[in-house]
Formats: sequence, C-alpha cells, structure tokens
Amino acid sequence: MSRLASDHTASPLIFETGQDGRANRYVPSGAPLTDFLPQDVLRSDLPLPDNSELDVVRHFTRLSQRTFGIDVGFYPLGSCTMKYNPRVNDAMANLPQIRDLHPYAPDELAQGALQIMWELERTFCSLFGMAAFSLNPSAGAHAELAALLIAKAYFKDRGETERDKVIVPDTAHGTNPASAAMCGFKVISLKSDERGRVGVDELKKVIGPDTAVCMMTNPNTLGLFEDHIHEITKAVHDVGGLMYYDGANANALMGNARPGDMGFDLMHLNTHKTFTIPHGGGGAGHGPVGVAAHLVDFLPTPYVRAKKKASVDTNAAPSDQMEFWLDFDRPKSIGPMRSFWSNFAHAVRALAYIYANGAEGLTKVSQLAVLNANYIRVKVREFLETPYDEICRHEFVASAQELKKETGVRALDIAKALLDRGFMAPTMYFPLIVPECLMIEPTETESKETLDQFIEGLREIVQTAKSNPDAITAAPQYTVVGRLDETRAARQPDLRWSRG
Amino acid sequence: MYTPHTDKDIREMLEAIGVPSLEKLVEVPEPVKLREHLDVVPALAESEIARRFEHFAKKNDGASCVSFLGAGAYRHYSPPAISVLAMRGEFLTAYTPYQAEVSQGYLQAIYEFQTYVCLLTGLDIANASVYDGATALAEGAIMAINANGRKKVLVSRAIHPNYRAVLKTYCDGLDVEIDELAVRADGTTDLSDVAARVATRAYACVALQSPNFFGNIDTPGVAAQQAIKESGTVLIGVVAEALALAALETPASWGAEIVAGEAQSFGVPVAYGGPYVGFIASSKEHLRRIPGRLVGKTLDVHGNEAYVLTLQAREQHIRRERATSNICTNQAHCALIATMYLALMGKTGLRDVASANLARSRELATRVSSLRGCTLAFDAPFFNEIVVNVHQPAKDVLVKLQERGILGGVNLGRYYPEYADCILMAATELTSSADIEALCAALEEVVNVPARV
Amino acid sequence: MAQPADLLYSKEHEWVKVDGQVATIGITDYAQNSLGDIVYVELPKVGAKIAQFSSVGVVESVKAVSDLFTPIGGEVTEVNAELENDPAVVNRDPYGGGWMFKLKLSDGAQTGGLLSPGDYDKLVSE
Repeated sequence: MSRLASDHTASPLIFETGQDGRANRYVPSGAPLTDFLPQDVLRSDLPLPDNSELDVVRHFTRLSQRTFGIDVGFYPLGSCTMKYNPRVNDAMANLPQIRDLHPYAPDELAQGALQIMWELERTFCSLFGMAAFSLNPSAGAHAELAALLIAKAYFKDRGETERDKVIVPDTAHGTNPASAAMCGFKVISLKSDERGRVGVDELKKVIGPDTAVCMMTNPNTLGLFEDHIHEITKAVHDVGGLMYYDGANANALMGNARPGDMGFDLMHLNTHKTFTIPHGGGGAGHGPVGVAAHLVDFLPTPYVRAKKKASVDTNAAPSDQMEFWLDFDRPKSIGPMRSFWSNFAHAVRALAYIYANGAEGLTKVSQLAVLNANYIRVKVREFLETPYDEICRHEFVASAQELKKETGVRALDIAKALLDRGFMAPTMYFPLIVPECLMIEPTETESKETLDQFIEGLREIVQTAKSNPDAITAAPQYTVVGRLDETRAARQPDLRWSRG
Repeated sequence: MYTPHTDKDIREMLEAIGVPSLEKLVEVPEPVKLREHLDVVPALAESEIARRFEHFAKKNDGASCVSFLGAGAYRHYSPPAISVLAMRGEFLTAYTPYQAEVSQGYLQAIYEFQTYVCLLTGLDIANASVYDGATALAEGAIMAINANGRKKVLVSRAIHPNYRAVLKTYCDGLDVEIDELAVRADGTTDLSDVAARVATRAYACVALQSPNFFGNIDTPGVAAQQAIKESGTVLIGVVAEALALAALETPASWGAEIVAGEAQSFGVPVAYGGPYVGFIASSKEHLRRIPGRLVGKTLDVHGNEAYVLTLQAREQHIRRERATSNICTNQAHCALIATMYLALMGKTGLRDVASANLARSRELATRVSSLRGCTLAFDAPFFNEIVVNVHQPAKDVLVKLQERGILGGVNLGRYYPEYADCILMAATELTSSADIEALCAALEEVVNVPARV
Repeated sequence: MAQPADLLYSKEHEWVKVDGQVATIGITDYAQNSLGDIVYVELPKVGAKIAQFSSVGVVESVKAVSDLFTPIGGEVTEVNAELENDPAVVNRDPYGGGWMFKLKLSDGAQTGGLLSPGDYDKLVSE
C-alpha cells in the first residue's frame, strides 16, 4: 500500500474488510423491518460492511497514526492559530447534562446552557468592543456571510438599496469575496501599498455612496498592524458604509486593542483559532458574529436574553443572579444561519478556556503570540527574505522567491522538507501578493525550544537547497506517502469506493 | 496557563528582537489603545473550572428528564468506542489535510465518510460534510440554481421549519424567491399541482423531506418525479433523521438528484443543538457545483495509492468571489464520528437500530392513541416520530407534562398554527416501555380523562 | 514555444485564428504554462452571442482558476468536445488540438485591440 517497508500503519478501506453478519451487539436484535412497513417503502439492500469492534478500533487507530496534529508536533500555520487545545475543555463539553441536553428542552430546564452562552457573549463583547454577539454561525465564513446579510438588511431597512459594493484588500482570505458574492454584492479588490497595508488615499478612490461594507482584518494577513485603521474606518463611515472585521487574527490583540474601538461595526471570531476549539481535521468550527449597537436588531435568531431573577443571592456571581431565555421574536433579524441555536459544545469549550485565563491571561496570550512570531522572524530573516522587515504581530511572511531564482527550490519544496523533519509546513502561497510566500504563525503555546528547533530546521533546509537542491525538491521522503499526483486526482476523480 | 514562557525565555527573546519589553513590542497607535477595564470572568485553576461547569450542568434539568424530543435532533445509542477513537489527539487536533503526505489517515477516513453517504443515499458523489442539514438544503438549492439559472425554489411545508428558515436566510442574500407546497390532511406533501407548477420552468428545484418533519414517509410518485425531471427542475431530497436511510428506500430511488441531510444520528451528541454534521450527495452531473471539500484517491510519486483534497479549484480559496459557496471549515470531526458509528454498527447493527426505532415508535403510537382525548393526527406510514393530537393547546399539555418530569415532545403550534393542538413525539431505541408508560400515565392525568383499557 | 505567426493574440493570453467569417479561439502556451495542469474547461454554449473581450468561460487547473475571455465577438458555433474527456490537450497542444470554441463573426467584428505575434511575444517576455 505505501512505499515505506516499515509502514505498519496502513489500513485497507473499511469497506474492503468485514464479513456479512460479523455484527457487534450494541442494541438487541430486532424484528425484520417488514414487520413494521411494507416492502415497497423499504430499501432492498444495505451494502455496508459488518466489522468487529476490534477491527474497527485497529482501523481508526492506524489511521490516527498516519495523521499529524498539534498533539504530535509544531504547526506554524499562518492565519490558523494552531495553539494547544486544552483537554479540560473537552471534559466540560462532555459532562452528561451538557452533552445530552436537547435543543428543544424548555428554557427553564436549560438554564445552565443558556448561562454559558450568555457569559461567553458578554465576554466577547468586552474583549472586542462590540455591543452584542450571536453564537449562531458555525464557522468563520458562515459568520462573514451572516455579517454581510446583516449589512444588507440594515441598508434595506434604511432605504439605501443602491449600496452594492464590498471593498476587500488584495491580501484578504478567499472567504471574504466569496461571502460577499453570496449576498449579491460586487467585490472591489483594493491593492495594498508598498508597506503591505491598506492605503487611505487608495481606499478613498473606491468608496462612495454605493459602498456597503469594507472588509478588513487587523493585523492583516501579512501580520502587520494596520496603523491607519482609525482613518480608514472614519473614511468609510463618512460615506455611510460599514466596516467589517475578519477576526481570524484576533489572537494578536486581546487586552491591547479592540475592533470596536477601531471603528468596526461588524466582526466575527473563529473560536477554533483564538479560543482553542480543536480543529478536528477541518471542523467543526464556530463563528460568533458581533455587532455595534445600531446593528443588534439584525443579528441571527435566536438571541440569548437575560434578566435579573426575582429573588437573588447577591453574593453569587452576576450571571448566577440572572435567568435566561431564547428570544425568537426578532422581526428585523436576518433569520437563523443554521439548524438549531449554535455549536453549543464549542461555546462550552471556549468559555472553559476563558475561565482558565481571565482578562490578564488573555492579554498575556496575545503578547506572547506576538513575541514568538517576532523571535522566529528575526532569526529567519538571516537566511530567508522577509519582505516586510518591521515588528510584526502574531504572524509574518517570508518569501522563497530569491531562493527559487538561485536554486530552483520553491516554497512548496521547503514545506515538504519541513514535513520530513517532523514539523507541519507553514501556510504556503497566501497572501497572494507575496511570491513564493510562507506565512508563519507559531502561537503562544510553543516554547522557545520548539521555536529554536524549527528555526534550525528551516535554516538547514535553506542551506541544503543551496548545496544540494535535489535533496529538497525530492521531499518528503520520510512520510508514509510521497508527493501526490493532484492532476490525476482532479482529471480522474475517484471520490468513493465502489464494490467490484 | 498554557503559555510555557519563563521570565528568562521572555528576556532572551526580547533581546534577540531588540525591544525592551512586551508592552513596547505590542504597542498600538494612540487612537486605538485599549482604555476600558475588561469585563471578563476571573481566572480559575482547572479544578475550579470543573466545579463551575458542574454548577452550570446541574441547571440543565432537561438533560435528565424522560424525553420524547426529536424534531431534527435524535437520542441514539453511541458506542463508547467512538469517543475513545475520535478523541485521539491526532484526529482531534489535526488541521485541514492540505499537506496530504502527513494527513493520509484523516483523508482516508473522510473518503470513507463520502462513500458511506453515497451508499446510504444511492447517489454517486458526496462531499466531506457541511455544517448541518439546514445549510445542506441551502447549499443544495444554490447548486440547483447554478445548474439551471432559475431564481425560484419550491419547497414542501413539511420540511423542518428551521431548515426552511435557514433556506430563506440564504435566499434573501441571493434574491431568490421561495414558494411552498402545502401539507395534506394525511401529513404528507400535497403534490397534486406540482406537475403544473414545474411545467412553468420557473423553479430551480423542488425540495421534499422524507421522513418529513411530522415523521411521515413523504416521497413523490412516479408521475411527479417525471414531471419534475422533464421540466429541468432539480429534485432535492432532504433527510433530517439519517437513521431512516438504513431502512427506507434511497432518495435516489425516488428521483432525488441531490440529497441534503443531517447525520447527527450517527453518534453525534445532541449537545443543545451543535455541532452536528450535514452532508450533500448528488449525481455525477453536479460534481463541479458541489460545495466544500472533496477527498479523492490518487497515486503518489512512487505509485502508491494515496488520498488528497481534490477539485479545490471550486472552492473559495482559489475562486474567491467566483466560488459558488464560501464554505471553508466544515464539520470534519463530526463526520469522523459518523464514519466510526457506521463502521461499528455495520449493516446488521443499523438494521437492528432501525428495527428498534420502528418498534418503539409504534408502541408509543398504540399506547398514546388508546388514551381518551389523544388521537394520532396522521395515518401515513412513519419512521420514528408521530404527531399526537391532544385536542387542547399542546403548549399547556406540555407544561403539565414537564411538571411531572416528562418532556413530551415539540409543540407543533410553534410552527404550524393549524396544529396548535398537536405534539411531535419521537421514540428511538433508547426509549423504554417504562418511559412510554410514564408518559401515558402523565398524559392521562393531564388530558384529564381515565384511560381506556 | 514561439507564437504561431498566423494567429492574433489578446492581452488576456487568448489566441484567435480568423478564416473569413469563422474564428477559432484558444489560450496561449504562456497561459497553459502559468496555469499548470489543466483539469477542467467551462466553455460557452453553442448559440451564445458573445461580445469582444467579455468573459465567456473558465479554465481550471489544480491550483488556479482563470476567466476565459473572447478576443473577438460573434455567435458560438462549435465547442471542442474533446476537452471534457482530455483537458490535458490544452497543455500539450494549446494552438492545435487544444482549441476551445469557434465563432461566426458578428457584423463589424473587430480585430482591433488584438496583438500581432511579435507584440504578444514582447508582452510575455517582460
């Protein structure tokens, strides 16, 4: 199956093993389905394999051994904030009365869940300077869509329907323009200036009475603080537009600066970035969307409300003195973004993380995230080009363009060589404005020793690239499979197993 | 608490950077400096965090009541082997598998998920998951709109009200109109005029849920299927209770070109509403329009079989504003849980679970309808949910049941004014005869008439 | 690959061969090389009337996507069905077997705004 003779972790597809009738006994045997329904509404066969529990356990255990995670090694993935996922968060999400609570449980019998959601929302409001948050959206992109729908509804409510343009910097994450297109907005891409920032004068050329929203992130995807942000938000407000903050980089500024104070009207958070929700191989995420006061009415439905209880124990924590309910009566709301109220289990995880830190702890988190990024940056610039040679925030970009010209070794090859050395590769080829880009975000949970190991690994790769480039372009050589034929995968799509 | 830096580390690193202090390092311009006191809970040690959350948990009495709640979130038995496997750190803390060489395990698991979805729905391709069944319906409608360019959608009123509300949220963004198919007296969709309506060629798609929100099997007959197909309208099958796919004929067999579903029933906890796991399956024709990630099998440079994210040029990180969906993060870990559930259960286990659901729900239906004052609202064949008419406001009956420690179901009047006297009740393999007896005893008292024997 | 001398070129890296009232259009060697391995081509529909320089389709590679613009205006008369099964032909033979679609030129269709082989050569050498 794979080329490493010692690869004991390979496992055939679950459909290729098993025997009909090799059943486990999770529930008692049942009567034939025809006892209950006529054959013509039933399926004639169910072509799924029966595998013993041992075989299933081995199968997935082996698959896990062929999977790299934060628990295995360092993830310098720019824009992803791959910090340690504390296990206490999962333990709290798995408390039976949290895990087994049905979404249609009446409010009176779900007070703990509602209190968790309310505390989380209040925390986000304070940390980021917003009037309210909805925990409804399921991911960052989902929250972006919600925010743009809110903007659309807000302008419609004011009769300003000629506002159909969304301004997006050329360094923006792809979800920004994609979300805008899903709302029927036209996207205007703004060229970053030579400092890698949004230039106020450039911006003023494209904003006007047809501007709906300007979407930005701060620090931006180059890891640079938009130092003219207050001028930018003022300019957009002056033409009657709204400012949206992409919260992907929120890890950089907690306890130090807040999007609300910068003038942002709308924002989202990726709690699977800043607030340690596990990435789980690509989700589930959680994307709270936050708004300033004038947009609260348009937030998704339902919204958690609170009021002081009739009789209170004034010694109790403030939220313990409240009672909570889900408010569905919201005439100006954009509606729900998803089937129930939120990715609640993730709200539990995020709140547990906040409890572990408090305001001081979260402030420290951001400071140390910035410290780690700058430490790597000043070491890496000795052997790789860093196009923006200034203090960065929680991430920075390096470019392999010079190395490519000199040796033919590209960012992709460096990334694959890092895999051989037990590191995950940084983000590659994003943002688009930096050629042969590597975006590095260490996060604050990595120790100096880990950073030093990474720096040395990268230095060695660059050195080898100069003396023996073939060794790098042949990477990875110590992983269970080598480079994949992606062209074949796209031209001859094989997306599922079929019998025979 | 999770930062490993010693004072020495910080000093050395600041020196290397050439900045005197952390505060100086993170300095921001004056106009945006934080000046407020932050209102955040005080930091707790881990043992205290556990105590705080147990305090929250204790206030969730709803989790320990006898419950007949379903309506799109189902209590099913989840073998403990699932959490042992799913919580392995490699799976839990992995990023999206863009670096395929070190993600072969996860990629293979998602390929298996995609395969399971195809086998269950009867369709050719499936993606790596979407957020939930409701957004799956919205994304499926967008696929249909992109397929034929039409700007209206026709959906059954018997589809889960939350799903229809989410579809409306998405359609409002795209200026797409939603028309409805009515519900018949028997609790299924009224398809009597569907042929005439789709013949106008105005609709991008027709969406039907089976089993529908009321628990009834609700599929189109051959004539309706033909009319829909001939008019170039895409038939979307919606599935909120994925377990039904193990028992009932596949949506492909009743003409669905796209299936938008929810797989929470496959081992994912109800967790007050999420995270769950949506899935989209479709015929080959819609391959280019299917949103989200796709895992494909290919060869590596040495000729070994291997797995990789493929057809990425459909997605937002390449297409940007030309992408048909903005979806980036999906529900990979929940999809993994669903895959593990299906692998452990197997065909035999799934049949047994389905059988138990059918048996328990029929036991519930028989017992409840034998009480004076309670009748079954519909007589259509059903899977594991029924609608009980209590002939007085369901809201009040439910409150009284709650006082007796029983969550009797969902008040249908919340979504359907004409069914304000009706309760939607689910029974699964975890519903015991004792639960049903307790419900009936309480209903007898509440509906205020003695039981017929 | 030097640019074939009997073709005209657009700034967006398409080529057009005009034969009386019929034009054949494809993308250049430079374009296929920049895109990398092509996996899918979305072509305009036969019968569609398209304006010069408008976006009429999409060319997808493994890592990128690019709009397909038409260098000249007219009515689409034929599309290259081969591309559905073998999009790689665009990489192998961009000026021959990799042709994308044919047009009947609209009245007054202009070759103005297009580049000669020499001018296009200059553009891609920069």
